[in-house]
Amino acid sequence: METTRITGERIKEYLEKGKRFDGRKPEEFREISVETGVSKKAEGSARVKIGKTEVIVGVKLNVTEPYPDSPNKGNLMVTSELLPLSSGRFEYGPPRFPAIELGRLIDRAIRESKFIQLEKLCIKEGEKVWGVFIDIYSINDDGNLIDAAGLGAIIALKTAKLPEYDEKNEKVIYGKLTNKKVPVSKEIPIVVTTHKIGDGIIVDPTIEEEDVSEARITVGGSVEGSLFSIQKGKSKEITIEDFNKILDVSEKTRKKVFSSIEKSLK
Amino acid sequence: MATKTFKRPDGRKADEIRPMQAKVGIVPNADGSALFSFGDTIAIAAVYGPKKMHPQHQQDPEKGTLRCRYNMLSFSVDDRIRPGPSRRSTEISKITEWALEPSLLIKRYPNMVVDVHVNILQANASTRCAGINAASMALAHAGIPMKNIVSSVSIGKLDKNLVVDLDKEEEDFKEGEGSTDIPITMTPKGEVTHIQLDGRITKEQLKEAIELARKSTKEIYEVQKKALKESITT
Repeated sequence: METTRITGERIKEYLEKGKRFDGRKPEEFREISVETGVSKKAEGSARVKIGKTEVIVGVKLNVTEPYPDSPNKGNLMVTSELLPLSSGRFEYGPPRFPAIELGRLIDRAIRESKFIQLEKLCIKEGEKVWGVFIDIYSINDDGNLIDAAGLGAIIALKTAKLPEYDEKNEKVIYGKLTNKKVPVSKEIPIVVTTHKIGDGIIVDPTIEEEDVSEARITVGGSVEGSLFSIQKGKSKEITIEDFNKILDVSEKTRKKVFSSIEKSLK
Repeated sequence: MATKTFKRPDGRKADEIRPMQAKVGIVPNADGSALFSFGDTIAIAAVYGPKKMHPQHQQDPEKGTLRCRYNMLSFSVDDRIRPGPSRRSTEISKITEWALEPSLLIKRYPNMVVDVHVNILQANASTRCAGINAASMALAHAGIPMKNIVSSVSIGKLDKNLVVDLDKEEEDFKEGEGSTDIPITMTPKGEVTHIQLDGRITKEQLKEAIELARKSTKEIYEVQKKALKESITT
């Protein structure tokens, strides 16, 4: 934690009056901007900015063996790297917990929502399927990388196309994309993270707010009303009442976030 | 909502937890230890500390550190697990810390660390919950100051029906809406220290699931408490 105690106390004082340092209301998201096709080499890619926070997400595809427990389904793998370039707090080396967790949080929202129709990515049952790799990179961390990564992942997937596959030589011809999109469902998983600081509940924290947050709840759900994945983080208990309040806040936020990025999903 | 006629694969009632076993003092070397099982899912936990944190740069002068390690023995499941940490086990280790820490008064041990080692001997789903239950008992057994122990249970949704304490067969349930797994940890007062969810559920039914967890964790708490009491009277 690199936010000083005095700043932390001030954040809490402000929140008691329903205010935040950057002038936002507790349940107000920063502006989201989306760009697609940021990498020519990836089969799908997106850059998402939430305020000063920025991530790039790329989708790569390959042809591979299916997992033994899903012989007729494509493989899905989500990983993330917190680049040292994106914050003085990150260091090189094997992924530490925050990077592992980020990948897993997004993996679960996408997997459990069945957003990617993995059964349509089977080439030959038990032998050959498409593997979908979603890789998330932080470019600038000013808080709420999780929600940015979630948006980046679904938008990159939405734009992803299958490369050509040479069945005879069993080779993927990268750079030659077909018109076939990666098959995705209509119901879109949106990841929204809510934090409890003192008695205040906020969405879309800045890095300072993230530092002083006492409990964090990440919810992956759809605007249609299904919840797919939840994870509570940080070491503070919350009452059932507060948890229910958080579910309501995250539902409202999910709808707002969805409508602000809806056009990028077309 | 839940149909009364829904039959669980092993014939349990919807709110019936598998037979539980709880025992403390199973690792004599440790400062505290415990075993907790839900049916065939068996977790053991051992606590070492508080002891000085090494390396020194990891010391926190403001409070003590709780450090948990969740590990499945390679032969605890059908397909052998490669020994050593994985992405999954790294995450569950952290989740276990988060689930336990709110109940501990670990502030009293600046620059110190309390190590909790959780090992799964045999797995039939709900391993993280069994692990957290064992760990909380082991911390109490070690005499680490705490407000109370915590209790953990997995609530499942099989198709549309809520059930308590998922086993493997239920975790792999495919019919209708399939299986949704919601591990929850609570204090005896009903505060949530840990919740995760994987699957598909509505907000309303999730609220119901939490009420069900409230009831089940009370039952588990009694089992844990009894084992701890027995360890001092005998």
